[in-house]
Amino acid sequence: METNLLSLFVKSIFVDNMIFAYFLGMCSYLAVSKNVKTSLGLGIAVTFVLVVTVPVNFYLNQYLQANHLGFLSFILFIAVIAGIVQLVEMVVERFSPSLYASLGIFLPLIAVNCAIMGASLFMQQRVSTDITSAGAATVYGLGSGIGWLLAIVGLAAIREKMQYSDVPAPLKGLGITFITVGLMALAFMSFSGLKI
Amino acid sequence: MSQLFSKKNKEVFANPLSINNPITVQVLGICSALAVTAKLEPAIVMGLSVTVITAFSNVIISLLRKTIPNRIRIIVQLVVVAALVTIVSEILKAFAYDVSVQLSVYVGLIITNCILMGRLEAFAMQNAPWESFLDGLGNGLGYAKILFIIAFFREILGSGSIFNYNFVDALHLKDFGYLNNGLMILPPMALVVCGCIIWYQRSRNKELQEK
Repeated sequence: METNLLSLFVKSIFVDNMIFAYFLGMCSYLAVSKNVKTSLGLGIAVTFVLVVTVPVNFYLNQYLQANHLGFLSFILFIAVIAGIVQLVEMVVERFSPSLYASLGIFLPLIAVNCAIMGASLFMQQRVSTDITSAGAATVYGLGSGIGWLLAIVGLAAIREKMQYSDVPAPLKGLGITFITVGLMALAFMSFSGLKI
Repeated sequence: MSQLFSKKNKEVFANPLSINNPITVQVLGICSALAVTAKLEPAIVMGLSVTVITAFSNVIISLLRKTIPNRIRIIVQLVVVAALVTIVSEILKAFAYDVSVQLSVYVGLIITNCILMGRLEAFAMQNAPWESFLDGLGNGLGYAKILFIIAFFREILGSGSIFNYNFVDALHLKDFGYLNNGLMILPPMALVVCGCIIWYQRSRNKELQEK
């Protein structure tokens, strides 16, 4: 059992990486990755929300499947996510105003981050294969979050360095960022088939 | 009638197709754009689904815009979008099951597609239903267009086929030593192809270039 969880954890970070394998959370990934510090803050917030929402949605999904209400899952998942993001925002504001100030607008925006919704939907798909318990769902959420964090901090570091390089004018900004992410994804592909 | 198709309304519809494209210029809705483009068929289904959902959610929010309290508007928008996505997803499961399996979670992810939220916030909350409908239609089709271009190149080079018609085998190209480029089917190449489209568009339109 423990080795299963460990394998799920490592796989969700490297092999099933949210950004490089599924392109989830791409919008905020491209918009925010201009400097390492804010990326780290956003990455931590995303990880935290994932760790909370995936197990909650796991229980919700069990209830829905038992009552043949599967078609309601989209609406309820997004409601849970929006609610929890709101809750996290209030808790952070109350207990750590400095972190709240540094995250700013990104906290509420996490609600519409595809990575959060995506993790819940993948969890729903894999309930019968490897995510069979709430513990596994938590581990999956944590792994996906850390994978996302790793990807955004990596890209932010590359983009900080790239400010000083001579990029052709039409490729500047968005174009070269896309190609950089493509090359990073290619590098991450070498992890596929990784087993523990 | 002439008022319905005034010059301004035409611009609202046509701008997102080219100069203000949601993917390459506004950088919205990238997630699903890249994941479903290994083949043309799912890419087109995805593009049309997003177009329908964007257009109708724009109309609904635009009709409700004066009654929605400002503080809870995000929740209201999410609920409207989630309801529409559920309908589209059920229709796909009923009439195009194979494609809906290929699209897997990405149909559900239309809910969090930034194009939808972006257009609802930026356009439908301030404009009348008809303009909002045109804006949604234009942005959806602009999105579908990029999906089509990426999927076109990826399917031709990666699988050697167009709409599942395998021309490489039909022309016996493999006898001449031709090989499909398997790399094109893998996720990283979607990003690179999209980067190249942006490169092309920006070298044609100088005003889009970043400093």
